[in-house]
Amino acid sequence: MARELSEAIVDGILIGGVYALMAVGLTLIFGVLDIINIAQGVLVILGAYLSYSLFNKAHIDPYVGLLITIPAMFIIGVVIHWAFISRLRGGERTSMTLLVTYAVGLIIEGILYKIYGANNVQLSPSYVNSSVHVFDFYIGWVYIWGFVIAVALVGAVYALLYRTRFGRSVRAVMQDGDAARLVGINVNKVAAITFGVGVAVTAAGGMVFGETNAFNANSGYDLISRLLSIVILGGMGSVGGALGAAVFMLTLESVVTIWYPTWAVVVYYAALVIVLLWRPTGLFGQKAVRAQ
Amino acid sequence: MKAQTLTKGGGLVVLLVLAVLFPLVYNNPGVTVYGLYALIFATAAVAWHIFSGNTGYIALGQAVFIGSGAYTMGIAARDWHLSATATFELLPLCAAVGAIIAVPFGLIALRVRRHTFIVITIAVFFIFQLMAFNLSFTGGSSGLGFPFLTWTQAQVNQNFYYIALACAVGAIIIAWLIGRSRFGLQLRAIRDDEDRARGLGVKAMRVKLSAFVISGAITALIGAVWYYYVDQAEPQTVFNPLFDLTLVLMVFFGGYGSIAGSVLGALLIEPFSQWMSTQPAFSGSLSDVVLGGILLLVLLFMPRGILPTSAEFITKIRTRGRPAVVPATTIGAATATPSAPPVSSGGAR
Repeated sequence: MARELSEAIVDGILIGGVYALMAVGLTLIFGVLDIINIAQGVLVILGAYLSYSLFNKAHIDPYVGLLITIPAMFIIGVVIHWAFISRLRGGERTSMTLLVTYAVGLIIEGILYKIYGANNVQLSPSYVNSSVHVFDFYIGWVYIWGFVIAVALVGAVYALLYRTRFGRSVRAVMQDGDAARLVGINVNKVAAITFGVGVAVTAAGGMVFGETNAFNANSGYDLISRLLSIVILGGMGSVGGALGAAVFMLTLESVVTIWYPTWAVVVYYAALVIVLLWRPTGLFGQKAVRAQ
Repeated sequence: MKAQTLTKGGGLVVLLVLAVLFPLVYNNPGVTVYGLYALIFATAAVAWHIFSGNTGYIALGQAVFIGSGAYTMGIAARDWHLSATATFELLPLCAAVGAIIAVPFGLIALRVRRHTFIVITIAVFFIFQLMAFNLSFTGGSSGLGFPFLTWTQAQVNQNFYYIALACAVGAIIIAWLIGRSRFGLQLRAIRDDEDRARGLGVKAMRVKLSAFVISGAITALIGAVWYYYVDQAEPQTVFNPLFDLTLVLMVFFGGYGSIAGSVLGALLIEPFSQWMSTQPAFSGSLSDVVLGGILLLVLLFMPRGILPTSAEFITKIRTRGRPAVVPATTIGAATATPSAPPVSSGGAR
């Protein structure tokens, strides 16, 4: 029993790290642009398919391929922001951006479906099934490396936010866009780059997701609802919160799976509802989400 | 003003007569299906409008009610061994179950606003979908069947068409009555500024919850009709995340915040996507791409929906660019589309 429990907790933490990476992109985009990027789930799948194609067609190892996929996803993010998001103005912007990102997601999903078909695929480099013996159980190397890369990238985003001049402008825009504009920050540029960074991290998230799960073009819906739950639970716009919430949620799910495998996901969403009843701003949220 | 009301009323009667005659003129069952689905989505869109259009809270969990209605009907018909025609008598029960489910759902979700509200509705939606998969009495992933109807295909389509038409007309009347009532004004006050509305004495939670419950009841009713027609309720199709987004797309396409816009959006988009699903040229997922592309174009170039935008455009032509005496949007909504159902008073935006 103790062995199963500790195995579940370790699994939860490792997978939680990967979800944290995907959720950090979402929470950054939310914090700076005040929008929910519904396409984030599909973009993760796009990242996974990019790694898949590089690996199967060009025989580039997925980890090395990140050097290509991360910049590619960054550019895709900047283009989406430039073409659609930055053009929306007016009172219903919240719901409009929701729909715009949904439409973008729908288009990307349709194209992926057309190219790759409905079959589930999985990224399977030679080392995908090798594991390491720790304590009393085995942990897949994929999970460990995924966790390491996730922590490294979340750390990089954190450093970008809190250690650079650009990060300071990002945080200024997060606090008050109009005031940031007044002190001479190019808000549109900050927003575009933030959207790019938020989408770029999905390349790595998608790569690890693709190694640990079978996926197809439709897998994005399940992902986006989980990611949104994590972001809301952590407090929207809080990078540390997303990290904590992701690890908490995935560990919870993994532990419940030991006893009630079919109900684990219900517990996952129920936990979100219960926490929000008690703390409407999420676990680590500072923004007053109740303020309209 | 009186003549205007008469024209408007006359236009509505003409539209209703046309809707009643539609399956008799085009008696091909394949054509009736388009009308049936358009009406189902129009009802659901109006129900969405009653809550979200009036209050500005974007609900993405309406499929919860579709599913509750469908499953209530299926489970009751199975467990009580009802005959096909007796099953239709369950429709009020389905609406009641939708209303009952809306109470705790609303009490939880309406404590938060904006993005958090949206995500809570999505989370509740997934809880319901997973319950439908996992509970013992729902039939699991293979779902539920419905009592066998002894009608021919043409009769089935035609009868369901009229049931859906009755639901749609009922929903529009309810939405219209709400729109011109004190209750409707309170809802729109919440949309404009909830804190100020509370300061002015609007019991925000009670008002929002009432609208949410009405919306849930109507959606559950049409959900039961829909899946009795489909004849099979499976968790993944009944509780469909795409349905919620499609509904919002329809309303924004037609014109957010107005009944006419919500109906128009559903009547245009649903037959179009049904048609695309029958065309080999759009096979696979190309229809998603087309739908997403249209949505993007509308949002970027007509951000307020086709109805308000075209009304403005017509006003512009009629006044030849001169400023109108009355605010332009009011004229546009009232005179430019006399045949459409009335835009909720004060809701022209």
